[in-house]
Amino acid sequence: MPPMGGRHVRPGQFAGGGPQDAGRTVKRLFSYLTGMDRVRFAVVLVCIVLSALAGVVSSLFMEVLIDEYITPLLGMEYPVFTGLLTAIFFMAVIYAAGVAATFVYTRLMVVIAQGMLKKIRDRMFSHMQKLPVSYFDTHTFGDVMSRYTNDTDTLRQMISQSIPQVFSSVVTIVVVFAAMVYTSGHLTILVLFMVGVLFFVTKYIGTKSATYFIRQQESLGVVNGYIEEIMGGQKVVKVFCHEGTAKAEFDAMNTELCGHATSANTFANIFMPVVANIGNIQYVLVAILGGALALLGVGGLTLGAIAAFLLLSRSFMMPVSQVSQQISAVVMALAGAERIFQLMDEPVEDDAGTVRLVNVRREEGGLVETLDETTLWAWKEETESGTVYTELKGDVRFSQVSFGYTPEKEVLHDVSLYAKPGQKVAFVGATGAGKTTITNLINRFYDIYAGKILYDGIDVTRIKKSDLRWSLGMVLQDTNLFTGTVMENIRYGKLNATDEDVYAAAKLANADEFIRMLPDGYATMLEGDGGSLSQGQRQLLSIARAAVANPPVMILDEATSSIDTRTEAIVQAGMDSLMRGRTVFVIAHRLSTIHNADVILVLENGRVIERGNHETLIAQKGKYYQLYTGAFELE
Amino acid sequence: MNRVIERLSGSIREYRRDSILTPGFVTLEVIMEILIPLVLAGLIDDGITAGNMNIIVKLGLVLLLFAVMSLVFGVLAGKYAAAASAGFAKNLRHDLFHTIQNFSFANIDKYSTASLITRMTTDVTNVQNAYQMIIRIAIRCPLMLVFAFLMVVGIHAELSLIFLVLLPLLGIGMYLIITRAQPLFELVFKTYDSLNKVVRENLRGIRVVKSYVREDYEIKKFRNVSASIYGYFSHAEKILAFTSPLMQAVVYASILLISWFGAQFIVLGSLTTGELVSLISYSMQILMSLMMLAMVFVMITMAQASSRRIVEVLDEEVDLTNPADPIFTVANGDVEFRDVGFRYTKDTDREVLKDISLKIHAGETVGILGGTGSAKSTLVQLIPRLYDTTKGTVLVGGVDVREYDLNTLRDAVAMVLQKNVLFSGTVRDNLRWGNPDATEEEIVRACRMAKADEFIGTLPDRYDTRVEQGGSNFSGGQKQRLCIARALLRKPKILILDDSTSAVDTRTDAQIRQAFKTEIPETTKLIIAQRIASVQDADMILVMDAGRICALGTHEELLQNNAIYREMYRSQMKGDDV
Repeated sequence: MPPMGGRHVRPGQFAGGGPQDAGRTVKRLFSYLTGMDRVRFAVVLVCIVLSALAGVVSSLFMEVLIDEYITPLLGMEYPVFTGLLTAIFFMAVIYAAGVAATFVYTRLMVVIAQGMLKKIRDRMFSHMQKLPVSYFDTHTFGDVMSRYTNDTDTLRQMISQSIPQVFSSVVTIVVVFAAMVYTSGHLTILVLFMVGVLFFVTKYIGTKSATYFIRQQESLGVVNGYIEEIMGGQKVVKVFCHEGTAKAEFDAMNTELCGHATSANTFANIFMPVVANIGNIQYVLVAILGGALALLGVGGLTLGAIAAFLLLSRSFMMPVSQVSQQISAVVMALAGAERIFQLMDEPVEDDAGTVRLVNVRREEGGLVETLDETTLWAWKEETESGTVYTELKGDVRFSQVSFGYTPEKEVLHDVSLYAKPGQKVAFVGATGAGKTTITNLINRFYDIYAGKILYDGIDVTRIKKSDLRWSLGMVLQDTNLFTGTVMENIRYGKLNATDEDVYAAAKLANADEFIRMLPDGYATMLEGDGGSLSQGQRQLLSIARAAVANPPVMILDEATSSIDTRTEAIVQAGMDSLMRGRTVFVIAHRLSTIHNADVILVLENGRVIERGNHETLIAQKGKYYQLYTGAFELE
Repeated sequence: MNRVIERLSGSIREYRRDSILTPGFVTLEVIMEILIPLVLAGLIDDGITAGNMNIIVKLGLVLLLFAVMSLVFGVLAGKYAAAASAGFAKNLRHDLFHTIQNFSFANIDKYSTASLITRMTTDVTNVQNAYQMIIRIAIRCPLMLVFAFLMVVGIHAELSLIFLVLLPLLGIGMYLIITRAQPLFELVFKTYDSLNKVVRENLRGIRVVKSYVREDYEIKKFRNVSASIYGYFSHAEKILAFTSPLMQAVVYASILLISWFGAQFIVLGSLTTGELVSLISYSMQILMSLMMLAMVFVMITMAQASSRRIVEVLDEEVDLTNPADPIFTVANGDVEFRDVGFRYTKDTDREVLKDISLKIHAGETVGILGGTGSAKSTLVQLIPRLYDTTKGTVLVGGVDVREYDLNTLRDAVAMVLQKNVLFSGTVRDNLRWGNPDATEEEIVRACRMAKADEFIGTLPDRYDTRVEQGGSNFSGGQKQRLCIARALLRKPKILILDDSTSAVDTRTDAQIRQAFKTEIPETTKLIIAQRIASVQDADMILVMDAGRICALGTHEELLQNNAIYREMYRSQMKGDDV
């Protein structure tokens, strides 16, 4: 099982982490953005424009202020300030509008961005729930987790920060550019040249910074991985006096990380001073050139115009550097969005079956469907000749089934077997013989590619998956408890179970006794897969969970991990009472538990090589006999 | 908090120079940035307004020089800040890792693995970022604020009064925003944890979810958490959304006020147009600095919890150290417990081990049985001094274990823990943990004794096969045998197996024990087991119960004299005999 760090960097996440098809991803994101609420989004765009315009007007205001309201008053004996007051008031109104617009769009953007993220998260999770089990086999937890954490987070930053900023910057750039051209064409050319320089330099820094950032993340991944591994085995490290080696290995990785982190942060840190001072240099050049032009009388530059142009040019540099700074954020976010969409595009589990499982009553020799909870179940099938009910008995047959997790490697070859209703069928064989695989095929975690699996005579592919799985209880090797109380965990088997049902199931599973000893009894909170419980206790809970579901067919995968003999006996007793009266498939890891099985199937390399009960198989002196006498081992 | 800072600053070490240079260059950069608007004002007034091209060029060159200097100082400050903070983080990680490596078992028990990992990863990163903030931004902003304000006062004292009104307004506004948003953000982070937990549990338990047809139930659960994130996050960000309008409002207000009063002062002759333009530049610098300062403050508060967690580990007192004048040889594999008592922590009354007195001679095999919680593992962990006794003494080779050099003692006592861990690397790498200089023959021999050679032989790359993290590509029994082989490579005087063959079948188990008997007769063997079969041919069997030795003897003796043992034997023989 892969470690569950949550903060893992997967290989290739950053290296070449750009989006594959940025255009398509942008379009798709945009459909989320506008699909939410067109009106709201339109208001945001308008408000960004307004807010940006107010900012531009503020740069233009200086020229007007100096040329029209200050210079004319100079030297007047009794200067009149009413004109200035009106202008200030007028500006105040524009500013107020700008501030209001900023307020409106930032607030609305919060709602839009958060709403969109929620929608993406929810869709991603809903979709994930519909994916076939094979998806989870082929993707590490860290890989899937990072789509919910890192990828969603970069996406959030892009939507709530980058998009408004880039849009606002573009508006400012366009307007300021027009104003600059209007004020002085000559000086504009100089500014454009400086912008070219700025763009070139920031791009260089940005690329460098991104390169080192990737390296930093990669070596951080290495260091964190090493920390996780060593901390996890710290006691073994001590026992083997391996501390010295561990320290040396760690120090080497740590030093490398430090080098990359220094470079990455250096480039990130020098971004602002570089941008600001290119702005300053430009300022100086504009002043010198502007002064020269004004003195020479070229282009009709006034004093106020130069002052205004100086401010304008600064207002021009700012958004340009902002855009270039946001580019890498956008690229990273798009790559993340692409990974999210990739998950959403994974083909879902096919579920074409139409046969449903219903409660029935026996009436006049036939079966009648009922909404009451009865103990009698039937498969309901709509055929051309009408509805057919087949009683659920738990008769399972494999006929010439072949299967492989990947097409290249077949793990089950031509397996045929049958279990009659109420029988206990045990699978025995070495690791990799195919025991677990067989049980995974009954409930269609995987689909076979040759042969047939019949359930009460019905091909399992014709049964609706949810109903098929309803009828099959599973107690797996890994207990997989959920965060919640003990009560909630048992009730997982049947959501509408009463407290009494839960107690009864716990008693049946032999779990009641230890649960009552827990600090809060059935209300005890479990976290982290029931980490506070012992392995045996966790198994008892998972047995109780299956017991409350009360399915007609059970699949039991015995736990391999060691529990002390007393607990083992208790768990075994719990399992035994769960098995009573059902068709049961048992994956056995200890031969002592399957003496009483009706049928024992010995598997080897994906084939059934022996079949019989304990006595006949012992008498046969074949593989089972060898296993039993210890000439071969099970695991 | 002072102590925390003091302890953390101990990890700056060789980066002290960079840490001091950074604020130095930041100061120089700030001075340049302050001077630039001043020279600009002169350029406008004496150059452009006066129409004096000479002054324009002269001041222009001065400005250019200042800009270049500011650029150089800025780049140097950025570079040293990066080096100082990355180096500080490196040292923190180094100190944490080395401290943890020196932990005794008792120290390790105090922390969960996950919490140690968080401290070394996320917490260090938080502190690193905060440190960079402090030496760079937290120096820059107040300096900028003060210098820019002084310039404003210098240009026109009366106009500076504007800031005495605006600054408190901005300050109060930021304070209100931060104090309201921060608790909400903490809620957001907590809820994010729950969301991750739901996803993680679903990933891990997807088979359970699917077999109980609980997809819709899980989706509902996820949507609830997702909705509360939406709720808290929107709420928090809505509050934060006041920041930019507030900032804009204050900046605009300052522009208008400076324009209104400035225009009048210009007309009255106490101010020039050039000075007006620089005043506006300074006002931006003042207001921006205050806002940045508020943000830095938030970052630093957030890193506080992290720094406290780090210091907790650094401060952890290692309660088990090498003696002053240690012994470097272990004579033989004799083990003796003299009236030993043990408690896990000093402040508990619960005695885990009580009145243990026991003598084992070199080369003997001792079996240890007992239920969960009977302290079997604790007992054997005292031998390589993984814990110190609270009472009495443990002797190895006739010497108190506390007198040995720790590495010497642990080299002589090889132990296979109950929780087997293999590390990523090849099979050979893992085996070499036992002895880095082991020859090929020694490795093969150890594997043969541990009955691991057969399955290793069937692996695609044999001894060079990769072991995945946690050994996930090996079965339980295979892992156990690899761990035994690893321990055997130490050529120990004492070998301890703590329930290390539980996943190995009985026959192989017996073969391994047989190999011990014939191949390493000199080595003392202590075997903890669940199955009587695993220990029944031992020279001596201990039956432990609630921290005491409740029976002691050979299999035959115990069968005769001990009811508990007899009952255990009977119940285990039911299924297993042929």
